[in-house]
Amino acid sequence: MDEKKLVEQMIEPIKKAVTTLPKPTMDALEKAKEIEDDAGRVQLEAILQAVDIGESEGIPICQDTGTPTFFMNLGSDYPALDELNTIKGSLRKAIQVATEEVPIRPNTVHPFTGKNPGDNTGINIPWISWSITEGSDLTMTYLPKGGGCTNMSQLTMMTPGRGIKGVKEIVLERIASMEGKPCPPTIVGVGIGGSASIAMNLAKESLLRPVGQRHRESMIADLEAELMERANRLGVGPMGVGGKTTVLDVKIEYDYRHPASFPVAITPQCWANRRVSLKLLPEGSIEEV
Amino acid sequence: MKILKTPLDPDEVKSLKVNEPFKITGKIFTARDAAHEKLLGLAEEGKEAPLKLKDYPCFHCGPVMKKENDTWHVVSAGPTTSIRMEIFEDKFMDEFGTKIFIGKGGMGEKTSEALQEHGAVYAQFTGGAGSLMAGSVEKVEDVHFLDELGVPEAVWVLRVNEFGPLLVTMDSQGESIHRDVSEEVQKNLDRELSSL
Repeated sequence: MDEKKLVEQMIEPIKKAVTTLPKPTMDALEKAKEIEDDAGRVQLEAILQAVDIGESEGIPICQDTGTPTFFMNLGSDYPALDELNTIKGSLRKAIQVATEEVPIRPNTVHPFTGKNPGDNTGINIPWISWSITEGSDLTMTYLPKGGGCTNMSQLTMMTPGRGIKGVKEIVLERIASMEGKPCPPTIVGVGIGGSASIAMNLAKESLLRPVGQRHRESMIADLEAELMERANRLGVGPMGVGGKTTVLDVKIEYDYRHPASFPVAITPQCWANRRVSLKLLPEGSIEEV
Repeated sequence: MKILKTPLDPDEVKSLKVNEPFKITGKIFTARDAAHEKLLGLAEEGKEAPLKLKDYPCFHCGPVMKKENDTWHVVSAGPTTSIRMEIFEDKFMDEFGTKIFIGKGGMGEKTSEALQEHGAVYAQFTGGAGSLMAGSVEKVEDVHFLDELGVPEAVWVLRVNEFGPLLVTMDSQGESIHRDVSEEVQKNLDRELSSL
């Protein structure tokens, strides 16, 4: 694979990710606008207008273009497994080029010195998460999740005896307490089980599922629907000014847990639910999925 | 919709009430975490701030900027979460007399008290709507601390035309939409939890 060619092909998709919203998210926002009135409606109108401008002018909808993160699904039979280092290097380089060209905001800061290198890179950033799956495809999602909503993330190591009722309490209490801060209406990602770090990963990965798409297991799907309905009765509303739409969706993913531990991780995604999913063909070309 | 011009008229700001939408035409400056720390640090050392912070609204924002032919342009500039500035804003008003703060998500009781004391208001611009805000910027007039703080944290001085709609969510009389919504949400939460 040619790194330069890969980098060139990545810029347009990165731009698309930060200047547009996926259709299911747009549909949910449009629907929300219809049921809101007063201040909440004004917020949604501004949101939809901002998306329009972002798309038509090719500029980032939101100035916070997030921490650059890629979720990779690597088929174990992918024909170009010996090119993974080139791919990794290209993603990093693509982020540096996109920072200048799109442009996206330089969002990496050294935690101790406060220095911002200005190109969206740093130790382990862009963050690239790999999962090995069956098949021969390599697909990836670029998820530029903003800092405001990420700051509202929470991990609870729940007493297992509280059970599913405890999970519901924790999720609803969190949505209530974060109010307007994560830029509602949000998509609330919930990760359950595993360990502390596994649960947090699951919460974020749950956000990869499109708005409106329920969990594959009906028991979890029902829980998602119940939490969504209850969350929208809390009255936080668009941007926290009050109203009927606090969340656009609730997503849950789970793993098995330790008998003594019941991790419940929450990470909200702001309404600017930006992403792009791509397929990287073994000869080095990129297709949008 | 009311359009406030800068330099701000203190009486006009004081008369703004919660739930009132307005726009701003004139000059504003951005300041978020690091800029607040920097400006307050300068004041502590007895040094002058690089602009008259009293006359212009403070926008909690870290924009996307682009430099073309040596001129800076705003690409996208929505508000950041204001509550992070809760630890600074009362001191900021005491020190600089700033009358309007613009951000998102609301601020707390310490800021609410300071707003009353200084006849100031806090207004919300729709979070995430950075592309919408950018359309109101006519010119990037200046930038301070860029090398030291980087693009998002620098103090950008922007000339804007009808920047808004801004919604007053905390006024100089101590009213706060955030406090009202918070109380309402707590009641709703109690109801939902009791029906689990």
